[in-house]
Amino acid sequence: MLAMNYRGPGRVRIDHKPMPEIKHPEDAIVRVTRSCICGSDLHLYNGNVPDTRVGSTFGHEFIGVVEEIGPEVHKLKVGDQVLVPFNVACGKCHFCQQGMFGNCHESNPEATAVGGIFGYSHTAGGYDGGQAEFVRVPYANVGPTVIPPGMDPDDAVLLTDVVPTGYQAAEMGGIQPGDTVVVFGAGPVGIMAARCAWLFGAGRVIVFDQYEYRLEFVRNYAPCEAYNFKEIDDPVLFIKKMTDWMGADVCIDAVGAEAAGSALQTITGRKTLLQAGSATAMHWAINSVKKGGIISVVGVYGPTDNLIPIGNFMNKGLTMRGNQTSVKRLLPRLIEHVQNGVLNPRALITHRVPLEDVADAYHIFSEKLDNCIKPVLIPPSANA
Amino acid sequence: MPNLEELAPQFAHIKGWGIDADPKNDPTYPMKQRTNAEHSGYSWDRPTQQVAHEEVLHSNERPGLTAVFGTTVPPTGLSGALRRYAFQYSESSYGHWLPLLLADRVNVVEGIIDDFKQGRVPNIFAEKGWKSEWKHNPQGLATKVLITVAITAGVVALLRGNRSRSLQRA
Repeated sequence: MLAMNYRGPGRVRIDHKPMPEIKHPEDAIVRVTRSCICGSDLHLYNGNVPDTRVGSTFGHEFIGVVEEIGPEVHKLKVGDQVLVPFNVACGKCHFCQQGMFGNCHESNPEATAVGGIFGYSHTAGGYDGGQAEFVRVPYANVGPTVIPPGMDPDDAVLLTDVVPTGYQAAEMGGIQPGDTVVVFGAGPVGIMAARCAWLFGAGRVIVFDQYEYRLEFVRNYAPCEAYNFKEIDDPVLFIKKMTDWMGADVCIDAVGAEAAGSALQTITGRKTLLQAGSATAMHWAINSVKKGGIISVVGVYGPTDNLIPIGNFMNKGLTMRGNQTSVKRLLPRLIEHVQNGVLNPRALITHRVPLEDVADAYHIFSEKLDNCIKPVLIPPSANA
Repeated sequence: MPNLEELAPQFAHIKGWGIDADPKNDPTYPMKQRTNAEHSGYSWDRPTQQVAHEEVLHSNERPGLTAVFGTTVPPTGLSGALRRYAFQYSESSYGHWLPLLLADRVNVVEGIIDDFKQGRVPNIFAEKGWKSEWKHNPQGLATKVLITVAITAGVVALLRGNRSRSLQRA
């Protein structure tokens, strides 16, 4: 089968790899029909996540058709069209039982701080991902969800990560009616977080990014205020001035390790890996939220350390919440929102690329070429 | 799950125990739907254990493998040795992460060597997606190429200069 093959920082290609096999009685094999490249895949692509092995296949946002099931799979049958949450979750452990499907304790032997994630390095369990024609899906009774009849596959594929992550970003913000919410990052997750902030009753939503085309998009899509931080001397001061000198009620970091905006953070976090990514968005969030405010973190950072103003965090009495998204917990509500037209995820998709051109798709997404917001890879066997 | 009333007798000797307890004040909700199962001990009906046919490294912060795990790209070669070394240290230690980052870089070279061993010359320009750069940002690509050529020429000139000076001295 064809699959994306990571060769080193900035280098991927399409290759023939062996078909995945059932390795566990609760496994399923899924034929992929859509697979996205996620902003967090760029951390892998750029070589910033430790234990990203050459030969790995990325991809944690995918949908497909069940081709084969293990002997203990009873909630799916061959031929079902499923959307597969990006988390690998057992449904039985202490954390899954509490609804924390992104923190499963039975899916990632390599690290205890993060649960298993499809195609996200050996630090997240060493699973091959969905940027391929076929993929092994463990715990098929738990994660995979049959796509409701009539749902557009482009909507379905974005329900595997982008929509729930944006929603959880807003949810973790504890937004109260009328709150001012600042979102750092106008990538797909930041855009969705801005859109979802309104669902929790925000009174004002403000987004910061450096790409005009993304700012223009989020202004119309969310809709919200949007500013280019490259045109602002000091984003923190700018936010204070526009919030009666108090700061935002809630700040959302929807950027993570690839943040631009500070030479020090970029050099130490992205170029030399002296810290676990550039923490510029987190830095701005801590300094621009009001005293007693809430910071919600869905941007992905590496597992080591970051330079952030923890003293200000304490002195301001802030609350910070973050997590990998518990996709399964949120799916019922979000499927409803999509079906009722409250959310329109597929509008984010700007590029549909054959899987064979995966290297170009990564480059376009990574370099923000051709006004790219969200690329979707279509395997040649998608319509088989 | 023990509630306040059930626990109260145990703490009757502590004046004021539990008088301000407010179970609704749970900032983890709804991210975490608290069951208080931790109070009765961490145990669950574990899923069937996947059998490891490949080498799978596991964090030393857990006693063994999880019930399922990925089997892609087992550790091999020098990068594999570095990864095995890294897994002797906890996730809190630089001794874990820095060797893994080093292993990743070594692995890139191993990947190129493997390609050559299989009679394949890696097309690095294609792997880097330069076709799309040419299509969507030709000016940027031209700038990158010019800078690379200039730096290469500069380095070559420098090396040649050094060589001729050492020959003159000899």
